[in-house]
Amino acid sequence: MIEVRIHGRGGQGNVVAAYLLATAAFETGQHCQAFPSFGAERRGAPVTAYVRIAAQPIRRRCQVANPAFLLVQDAGLLHIPSTLEGLKPGGGILVNSPHSSTELTMEYGRPMVAVPATALAQDILGRPVPNVALLSAFLALTGMMPASALIKALAHRFKGDVLARNTRLIEAATTQVIAGAWQEVAHA
Amino acid sequence: MLEALEGSAAIARAVARCRPGVVAAYPITPQTHIVENISKLVADGKLQTELVSVESEFSAASVALGASAAGSRAYTASSSQGILLMTEVLFNISGMRLPVVLTCANRAIGAPINIWNDHSDSMAVRDCGWIQLHCADNQEAVDTSIQAFRIAEATELPVMVCMDGFVLTHTLETLEIPDQDMVDRYLPPFRFDRMLDPKNPLSLGTLVGPEYFSETRHLAHQALMAAMSTIVDVDREWQDLTGRSAGGLLSVEGPENARIGVLAMGSVVSTFREALDTLKTKKKAKLINLRAFRPLPDQALRDACAGLSDLVVVDRALSPGFGGILGGEIKAALSGMAKMPRIHNVAIGLGGRDVPLEMWSRLLDVPTEDAGFRILDLEPAKLGDTP
Repeated sequence: MIEVRIHGRGGQGNVVAAYLLATAAFETGQHCQAFPSFGAERRGAPVTAYVRIAAQPIRRRCQVANPAFLLVQDAGLLHIPSTLEGLKPGGGILVNSPHSSTELTMEYGRPMVAVPATALAQDILGRPVPNVALLSAFLALTGMMPASALIKALAHRFKGDVLARNTRLIEAATTQVIAGAWQEVAHA
Repeated sequence: MLEALEGSAAIARAVARCRPGVVAAYPITPQTHIVENISKLVADGKLQTELVSVESEFSAASVALGASAAGSRAYTASSSQGILLMTEVLFNISGMRLPVVLTCANRAIGAPINIWNDHSDSMAVRDCGWIQLHCADNQEAVDTSIQAFRIAEATELPVMVCMDGFVLTHTLETLEIPDQDMVDRYLPPFRFDRMLDPKNPLSLGTLVGPEYFSETRHLAHQALMAAMSTIVDVDREWQDLTGRSAGGLLSVEGPENARIGVLAMGSVVSTFREALDTLKTKKKAKLINLRAFRPLPDQALRDACAGLSDLVVVDRALSPGFGGILGGEIKAALSGMAKMPRIHNVAIGLGGRDVPLEMWSRLLDVPTEDAGFRILDLEPAKLGDTP
């Protein structure tokens, strides 16, 4: 079972990101579970969401304390100690940031991969919502499933021009990271 | 066909499959998505129902009451303070023997305000004369929602489907929505003999004085007790149709010869099911999933607890000044057993506190501690110097 934790702020599409990742996994024939842990329900407040993906039905319903991967939609949240807490040894941290992976890794003293997800989304969707670009980069890094699974998941929610733009965003974000760099972590 | 669906969206789809004539609800977290999704199904032309927007939960329950009395299949949903505001009407619905179905997206009750999950709300209306069924996962919630209409209409008793707020309502997971043909075969159109009809006038909920009131209470109690066999039959029939049981009155898992039992309701059961199968523990234990809290299946509970030396009852709510509500009920239900297990009662997961997988091992240690009722996952350091 792979466990992922998503950190962001209310309004950044954190819960949608979790649902999309889980639905993409479902589209590839796996069992999935995704749920949020809301704080106060307002824009800007820190939100955590969890995803589990497994070959078998998933029964545990506790929060994900020891994720293999962290997806951080707002780099400002890296200053809150609980954001990085519990990550499995060797686990991957993917951060939405205009800075480079090297810069983030130097600043926080641990390996991180950066993707300018907000800028990509602003450019292609015309909206600063980082979730789809971040998920696309995540799928490319892990090789867990093809980008087409994410597009299928998006097709449950969007159609026409919005879906076409999101598909372009997925393609653009995929090229921002080294494909398969986290493959071993994903299959550990 | 399996789908990946959010719990609330799944419940909306399941309720729509039951072809309700009237849906009335007022939004409250974490129930809101259920009614939002029903509203969307109506707007998309996928559900023909009278969807009534009301100004409070009191009115939501009142509309459901009136609709049901007028012969319509009626549905509503709420949580927490919303359930409390409905309370007077909930008693009236059961008192008039109206088969309304309500989803309680279980949430704590303030003050202090807390939007997260525990069982304080459905426990607060424990005595309102409704059947209360708890669900361990979203598939059980879907199946129980459909069964609820069958049970309600067969017994002429209202049914409250209790599903944990957020933990189930806001969780997207893999599940199956039964197709329309199957639900139509299982759940025939609602025909109500006592329907309000100008051609055949009758009164409901009229004044009953001391000369008959005891008899009405007796009948209410008898009806709830008799509903046990309906709950079992309806679930068995569902299993024949779908291959899935939603848990009957209760279900027991774990080794036959275990001497320790853990009894719980709701979504923690799902976590404990995994723990039972995968965690290496020194002690063997059975897991008892109590699905029917009302009617409380006393005989089935005694059968399930036969051979146990210790039973740990897990509460998700408490009665200040008494202790665990479920714990007290189970003690009463098992008293008089020839070899009654020692009963230990703890509360966990109040107001949304996470219940980790490892809680299972912690619960198995409770019998050796002999400490009386307590909140097991309390963090005493947070109490400060409060007297």
